Amino acid sequence: MEPKIGVYICKGCDIGKSVDVDKLVEMANGSADVALCKSHDILCGAEGLDLIRNDVGSESLNRVVVGACSLRVFPELFEFGKDVLTDRVNLREQVAWCHPAGDEDKHTLAEDYINMGIAKVKHTAPPEPLIEEINKDILVIGGGMTGMNSAKAAGDAGYKVTLVEKEDKLGGWATKFTKVFPKNPPYHELEDSGYEKLISEIEAHENITIHKSTTVAKTSGQPGQFKVSLQNGSSSSEITVGAIIQASGWKPYDKKKLGHLGYGTSPDVITNIEMEEMVASGELKRPSDGKPVESVAFIQCAGSRDQDHLPYCSAVCCRVSLKQAKYVRQMNPNAKVYVIYKDLRSPAQYEAFYAKVQDDDGIFLTKGEIAGVAKEDDGKMSVDVEETLLGEDVKITADMIVLATGLVPSTKVDEIGETDTETTEEPAEGGDGKLEDGKKAAAGAEMGAQILNLTYRQGTDLPTLKYGFPDSHFICFPYETRRTGIYAAGAVRAPMDLATSANDAYGAALKAIQAIESISEGKAVHPRSGDMTYPDFFMQRCTQCKRCTEECPFGSLDEDEKGNPLPNPLRCRRCGICMGACPERIVSFKNYSVPMVSNMIKSISMPDEFDEKPRILAFVCENDALPCVDMAGIKRMQYNAMVRIIPLRCLGSMNIVWISDALASGFDGVILLGCKKGDDYQCHFVRGSELAETRMDNVKEKLKQLVLEEERVEVHELAINEYHKIPKIFDDFLEVIDTVGPNPYKDM
Amino acid sequence: MAEFKPVEGQIKADTLVVGGGIAGITTAIETAEMGKKVILLERLPYLGGRVARIHQYFPKLCPPTCGIEINLKRIRINPNIRVLTLAEVESISGTPGNFEVKIKQNPRYVNEKCTACGECEKVCDIERDNDFNHGLDKTKAIYLPHAMAYPPQYVVDPKYAGDEGMKKCVDACDYDAIDLNMQAKEVSATVGAVVWATGWKPYDASKIDNLGYGQYKNVVTNAIMERLASQNGPTEGKIVRPSDQKGIKSVGFVQCAGSRDENHLPYCSAVCCLASMKQATYIRNLYPEADIHIFYIDVRSPGRMEDFYTKIQEDKKIHFHRGKVAKISENPTNGNLILEAENTLTGEIVKTEVELAVLATGMVPNTSVDAPPLDTPLDEFGFIAPNSKTGIIGAGVSSRPQDVSITVQEATGAAMKAINIGMGR
Repeated sequence: MEPKIGVYICKGCDIGKSVDVDKLVEMANGSADVALCKSHDILCGAEGLDLIRNDVGSESLNRVVVGACSLRVFPELFEFGKDVLTDRVNLREQVAWCHPAGDEDKHTLAEDYINMGIAKVKHTAPPEPLIEEINKDILVIGGGMTGMNSAKAAGDAGYKVTLVEKEDKLGGWATKFTKVFPKNPPYHELEDSGYEKLISEIEAHENITIHKSTTVAKTSGQPGQFKVSLQNGSSSSEITVGAIIQASGWKPYDKKKLGHLGYGTSPDVITNIEMEEMVASGELKRPSDGKPVESVAFIQCAGSRDQDHLPYCSAVCCRVSLKQAKYVRQMNPNAKVYVIYKDLRSPAQYEAFYAKVQDDDGIFLTKGEIAGVAKEDDGKMSVDVEETLLGEDVKITADMIVLATGLVPSTKVDEIGETDTETTEEPAEGGDGKLEDGKKAAAGAEMGAQILNLTYRQGTDLPTLKYGFPDSHFICFPYETRRTGIYAAGAVRAPMDLATSANDAYGAALKAIQAIESISEGKAVHPRSGDMTYPDFFMQRCTQCKRCTEECPFGSLDEDEKGNPLPNPLRCRRCGICMGACPERIVSFKNYSVPMVSNMIKSISMPDEFDEKPRILAFVCENDALPCVDMAGIKRMQYNAMVRIIPLRCLGSMNIVWISDALASGFDGVILLGCKKGDDYQCHFVRGSELAETRMDNVKEKLKQLVLEEERVEVHELAINEYHKIPKIFDDFLEVIDTVGPNPYKDM
Repeated sequence: MAEFKPVEGQIKADTLVVGGGIAGITTAIETAEMGKKVILLERLPYLGGRVARIHQYFPKLCPPTCGIEINLKRIRINPNIRVLTLAEVESISGTPGNFEVKIKQNPRYVNEKCTACGECEKVCDIERDNDFNHGLDKTKAIYLPHAMAYPPQYVVDPKYAGDEGMKKCVDACDYDAIDLNMQAKEVSATVGAVVWATGWKPYDASKIDNLGYGQYKNVVTNAIMERLASQNGPTEGKIVRPSDQKGIKSVGFVQCAGSRDENHLPYCSAVCCLASMKQATYIRNLYPEADIHIFYIDVRSPGRMEDFYTKIQEDKKIHFHRGKVAKISENPTNGNLILEAENTLTGEIVKTEVELAVLATGMVPNTSVDAPPLDTPLDEFGFIAPNSKTGIIGAGVSSRPQDVSITVQEATGAAMKAINIGMGR
């Protein structure tokens, strides 16, 4: 349907006092693109809304431009049915509140924003959700405590669950633990893990199908339509599921690497896992000679918190050793136990358990660094400890040494320190500007963890962050992985204890259900939850450059043998990075496209060189930088009125043709405001700001071709709370532009 | 707000979430995005709870508002969530799957017509202590709790609603948004399950009398440090000495101020070590030469948080001292503080003089003061015990002291459990 555009301008909140709204209305009514334009004193009031609603009905408007406050305010009020596309033009926070009233430049700014809004809605269409036939079943990989809890959570919620366990029995590590440390008040006594009860519950569960001795040979498709090949010995079968929970667990750190702590020097040096086995056997006997164990020394951080081994803390080992110290004391009340630690970590209520253990006068806890482990002549082991609490070096002798080894995620492929940097280093860039890390991931996947065995172009498994843990939004959104519809849970995701894992399992089950339910309604999942758009690819113009398939942070796009992208829209998170990547501009969303932004740029009036009114175009990330600009307005901070802001879904979705467009239309400079990149990235789409930076090299090339100064384009990282920096960023850039001089293409 | 109807009277939802901090927000939005209906109650006039007052999260040193903004956006567009601010649970009866809830919503004195234009605030002459900034500065009696507050609406301090002086504000409002006669309303709801996420408060540092809080001006708490470091705090991000507003050359962080102490909080508050290391970076960013001393019993930085500890240790002017500070006294000549601690590595009593002392006070669960209904069992410290059979599930610091990442994880799990409980599972 042809766009029929109504424009409504609010006079409230100082807008009417600071710009000539009647003139704006006159201007819009003079536009051939606009059916009608009206103003109102309070558009957000009942009368204002009725005004628009009546016009939508009587004039059959299908596009509405609301010139008022920020979209952050009253987003739901200005909705006029699913066939009517509304755009908000921010005349309050970004015009009225941040520039002096009555100023001529400010009025021009308001005019430009109205024209940009008109151009925007003219070149967009209401979303048509993609609703496909989907399967709502859930696959859980891993039959340990986490996987079983996930299966139970989803099964109880009424979803069919297939649980796959590679071993021939369920229960995972919990089956090896005689007891677990206390998670119930008063947190004093060792407890049962409860794995047997959970096994019988899920085995009897009407919604849960269990496959033991089974692995996942292949996963293809997309959320709602995953095709999974299960392998059980030589027989294989295929199932279809909607979402996947990866609860593939952890492995102990390789004990063979703990020679410096005595492992391998004597059979009397064992790991905490081997200690569990010994306790389960019912007798504490010295492995070397079978004599009863009268004393045990626990060495904490055996591998963990060690830059040469596992730089992270494995989070559970302190409490495991306290538990094992209790075992020793219970099995042999005369035994002496020594625990040598760097810091004793018993967070939260576990402090009560630690206090209880400290009450036991047969357990000696000491801070210290291990200088050496040796076998003594009398057959005992000795540990030299430095930097103890007593301020002196001590030698502890014991029948047996237990090394508190840490947790390594099952997604970790290589040993720490070898190729761990694969996903953390800056992506290498080839001469043609292509990112290499997609390929690297694909290559790495050959020898990958091979748990999911995805047929994705970007690799067989969940991309990992540091140390092989596969999450992507550590802190705020810990469940978000970079593969839509696949969620990691339990110790594969981060070092965690059984109680935390059990809870984590429930969280992952929720995310799996949420993905399925959202997708069934054609909606995106986090962070653009509810977004009904998706990218269209105009394949006739594709040159098989593969930028989109390599750059998609979520591995949405596969490739055919010729290198054409094969979209999987149900994997898509709608960031638009593919759109930013494409040099042929073949990727568009219904309401977000290259022509849409190009037309917004072209709609901005351009004073000629002699007016001495420079123009700056700002591409601003709508997630963080845009609210930050709003905050500057709310705080009534003032900055120059030469800047025209275009919000982007993510800076990674910026197509560099827009910069060419801006320079060709006479803009003197372009500024990009996005999120922090690097290890502590804040980009909600993980790689957007990093990719924007990469594209700056192409921008510089472009500037060179046009014989324009590099200074005309700037990128800034801006956190959402750094609103105080906004005036300086914009005003400093204006000074730069003043120095460089007007864009020579201005009048062409 | 995009909310399901009816707005007045009886509301029916799958889950009731009590507490609109990060735990409650997470529980509510994750529930709503499953397609389930949820009511989110918050006692204060805005969502965000404690994290809204934090300058940066450890270990990424990023602003909490970044994640909150995305969550608020999700809330704003989701019709499955009904947010009630200034609201409290009066009573809950019934059984899992079918709870009757009586909610009291206190008057905001400002209605939904408010555009947050700020004209009322400009003309208001009455001031009040700003609780958002721990009383370190003032707001007007009609105020926006903070610039990014949600709902983005002003609120009148109930103490002044009846004050004649407030009439000016009513007159200044072009939108008919201020109603000083607004009354509390009763809202009743039926829900399947309840997630209790009422959060925490900092331990009252004045109870630790040997540490001089409230006695010496330059002894502050970690909660106050967050406000001093924040751009939207009382000092616009300038960390200065309270006694003389001067810059800082030395700081002492006192770990376990109350926590891990039988006389105060016997448990570990789980976040204070990392919080102090984070605050050390606040100091470092403003004062590149400042000496920073951290007195600790054990440094607890679990999991990948260890990387942050490793990074902090690279700063040669951040000094870690193993030893609990036993006493703080003031040097009367300069307002400096003398921290006495036993260096447990050497056994000697060490005195360190610093210009500012920061007490790493721990977390006290609000459930220890306002217990959840239905005799939901608490542990001896006042946290909700695990596996409650009452249909009321704890999330966030209502169940244990924990950081934001774990809270988000736990709150998501709690949302799932609540749905299953509501379905009779």
